[in-house]
Amino acid sequence: MNALTPHLPALQVIVPMLMAPFVVLLRARSLPWAAATATSLLAFAIAIQLTMIVIGGTPMTYQMGSWAAPYGIELHVDALTALLLLLVTGASSVALIGGRESLAAIISEDREPLFFAAWLLALAGMAGIVVSGDAFNIFVFMEISSLASYVLVAGGPDRRALPATFKYLIMGTIGATFYLIGVGLIYMMTGTLNLADMELRVHEVADQKPILAAAGFITVGLALKAAIFPLHVWLPNAYTYAPHIVTAFLAACATKVSLYVLLRFDFFVFQQNLIGHEFQFAAYLMPLAILGILVGSAVAMFERNIKRMLAFSSVAQIGYMMLGASLVTATGLTAATLHMFNHALAKGGLFLAIAAVAMVVAGSRLSDIAGQARRMPWTFAALVVAGLSLIGIPGTAGFISKWYLINAALELETGGVALVALILVSSLMAVVYIWRIVEAAYFGEPTSDEPARVPMALVVILWAVAIANIGFGIAPELPLALSATAADILLGHVQ
Amino acid sequence: MTAQNAILIALALPLVGALGIALAGRISANLRETVTLVTAGGLAYTVWQVVPYVMDGGRPGVTLAEVLPGISIAFTVEPLGMLFAALASGLWIINSIYSIGYMRGNNEKNQTRFYVMFAVSLAATMGIAFAGNLFTLFLCYEILTLATYPLVSHKGDAATVRSARVYLGILLATSIGLFLPAIIWTYSVAGTGDFVLGGILAGKLEGPAVGLLLALFVFGIGKAAVMPVHRWLPAAMVAPTPVSALLHAVAVVKAGVFTVTKVIVYIFGVDNLFGAVGSGWLLYAAAFTIIAASVVALRQQNLKRLLAYSTVAQLSYVVMAAAILKPLAEIGAAIHIVAHAFGKITLFFAAGAIYVAAKKTELWQLKGIGYRMPITMTAFTIGAISMIGVPPTAGFVSKWYILAGAFQADNYVAIMTIILSTALNAAYFLPIIYMAWFMRETEPPAKPHGEAPWPAVLALALTALLTLAFFFFNGPVLELERQVVAGMS
Repeated sequence: MNALTPHLPALQVIVPMLMAPFVVLLRARSLPWAAATATSLLAFAIAIQLTMIVIGGTPMTYQMGSWAAPYGIELHVDALTALLLLLVTGASSVALIGGRESLAAIISEDREPLFFAAWLLALAGMAGIVVSGDAFNIFVFMEISSLASYVLVAGGPDRRALPATFKYLIMGTIGATFYLIGVGLIYMMTGTLNLADMELRVHEVADQKPILAAAGFITVGLALKAAIFPLHVWLPNAYTYAPHIVTAFLAACATKVSLYVLLRFDFFVFQQNLIGHEFQFAAYLMPLAILGILVGSAVAMFERNIKRMLAFSSVAQIGYMMLGASLVTATGLTAATLHMFNHALAKGGLFLAIAAVAMVVAGSRLSDIAGQARRMPWTFAALVVAGLSLIGIPGTAGFISKWYLINAALELETGGVALVALILVSSLMAVVYIWRIVEAAYFGEPTSDEPARVPMALVVILWAVAIANIGFGIAPELPLALSATAADILLGHVQ
Repeated sequence: MTAQNAILIALALPLVGALGIALAGRISANLRETVTLVTAGGLAYTVWQVVPYVMDGGRPGVTLAEVLPGISIAFTVEPLGMLFAALASGLWIINSIYSIGYMRGNNEKNQTRFYVMFAVSLAATMGIAFAGNLFTLFLCYEILTLATYPLVSHKGDAATVRSARVYLGILLATSIGLFLPAIIWTYSVAGTGDFVLGGILAGKLEGPAVGLLLALFVFGIGKAAVMPVHRWLPAAMVAPTPVSALLHAVAVVKAGVFTVTKVIVYIFGVDNLFGAVGSGWLLYAAAFTIIAASVVALRQQNLKRLLAYSTVAQLSYVVMAAAILKPLAEIGAAIHIVAHAFGKITLFFAAGAIYVAAKKTELWQLKGIGYRMPITMTAFTIGAISMIGVPPTAGFVSKWYILAGAFQADNYVAIMTIILSTALNAAYFLPIIYMAWFMRETEPPAKPHGEAPWPAVLALALTALLTLAFFFFNGPVLELERQVVAGMS
């Protein structure tokens, strides 16, 4: 414990946020990248520190400017928060370390300071959403991170990045607006914006109808931002046309942050206060989760563009997280939060591998990577490892969360077997689409045989992620402890 | 070395060897093959170090990691696994000698990848043999599937990749779709997946659920090739012959029937299953596979495909023997794993040698080939006789025990199946032997040829001798496997 320790929750947001304008001023080549990477690593270090503090189960709160809640702004860090912070800062750091050449090839030198400033703002925004204990603050950070990520996505080399960004912007704004309407309604009825305070005051409200409407607005708005089927339409194009490194960053954490807010709201504020909300939550979200899993996997099976294939796979994977959460049991919530972590590892690894491949070949279609495994053996070997984790082969991280999800389904009294069948069928669908990449890369006819040069830093960081996929599949204690505690915290509010 | 260390070394050595092969492959082919042979020899030596412990009734084990509470990566050596590991590691040496002759004789591409993946496959095989619980077994089972995929698709052309896709698709789909749920079910009912003599499901699972779980296991373990999940095995024949010989006659397919036997003996428990309702179907499924696969084999014109269907039938011998649920039959199941391995690897070696020397793959091309390749065809004849089950070959010993077990249980379905399939085996193997030895070549070959390269001939002569030797010297194996059925009614 040193003097800074109590301020860590605030520093988690403030450090990247203050560094962003500073990065804009850096004009020398590579300097903005170096500053952004250093900041991101510092944020990662703070996240690790926070994790070590809260892993025991005692949450940490911080009063901004020492103004006491519920009037002041409160920051709140618990095991679930720590898990998300690790994801956000870890994904950002990994993507930045490996991504220097890949980004330099796409972003022109004069725009680099602005681009990396936007990156840091996105990072600060997402960290802010996660640590904030105040509903309106969450909205502010949501806007910061969204506006910054529109800039990041629009940086893509393809002109189609612009319409993709526009769609992302429109949908994202609708989502944020819905969220704000919901928060406004609750504020109108309770007079508070602090989540912990809201939890106590909502049931004092005599007329529950506005609260019910607020729950609807907030759930739909956040579902839009989390790309829950059928509100996922912005996601495939945004992921496909964004710069590859940006895709790796956003795919690992962006939707999960919104999902996190959704879980927070539903479990902290609504479930114990609204009559029958537990049932409504499960009954409305479970069918969407199931459809998302099936439709996302099915579309991915027939998609020829690898980035878009993986984006649709993300829609399915978000379905797994929703499915676990919609069971409203300890095992189910553990599976959901654990899968956030494990999916970030697998999908982040896959998109990093695609970024490495894109340094050598022109496009990201299956036909573009034909036979390229011979030229880039290390890159594709790591891609296969991450792919196996996405499928959920034992010995990889993906297996652990599937195991928990299947166990959670088996605990159900009715319909459990059907859910198990669904999970297994969609795993087989994942085998199909991952194997299409493998077959193209290993057995296609290459257009050229000369050895390809992939930046060393990217290959090293890619393998670090691949090894993490195996490591957390054999020794999953850390994410498991965090997600089990997170599940207890979420359920602790549902009494 | 202690038994624990020997287990760990046996698991790690092939992986270290794979790395060594990859590095040596950049320097010279001779060095690479030396590394392969040294690794294979070292592995066999290490595995044999464990034998005395198991013979004395010990069950040495190590736990590597506890992945989730109650679910660990652990290895325990028991008689069945001991036999399987000793068999696979011993035959790897001979197979490596054969591979050198075959791969060089055929000028195959990507030979380094071939030897590397072969070593990885052997590591996975050791893992399956020594697995101490269902989770560890499943882990190694999936690694074996994935590691053999590059070997099956070795040639890399469109038709090969299509066949390899069937191979991978069926094995992964059955394992994830059926085997994994069976394992999860077992863990959730019994609270454990450890292999315990007498079973862990006694009193925990009743009625038709037993039959259903058994079905999930048997069809989920696609490597056992019980119909209708046998299609991957003929598809795997596109692989180079050494792969067909060691992996698709010994390591992979035996991993399948070994797992089925292990599940019956250590998860269900033989005596429990004997009394259970709804477990009888397994015998009929295996009997059907034996007859149907033999009939299909009868109609094959391609030698390797014929051998593949013969393997499907022979694998179900093991499953059927295990399903008779009597002590002598369980011993017969274990011995048949060995007996069939010796015979079938000889047959595949011979088929590969014919391909290398004469580029012949179809049955009708084999007329009079015995005069050009006498050693190869002698070995082929010994292997074929063992498949039929005629003394003095290994196949006779295992059939004897399976039949004895069937009589113990008064199981006339099993007895009739064995008699009928013996006739069918004779019907498809004898014509080949007749053609090879007693018919004249219809036209002289474009290029006169003799035997295949000497390493290939040496290897197939060795396995043919093993097939004969097992008839006379099978005592230690019997003694080892009697431990499995100790205390059984």
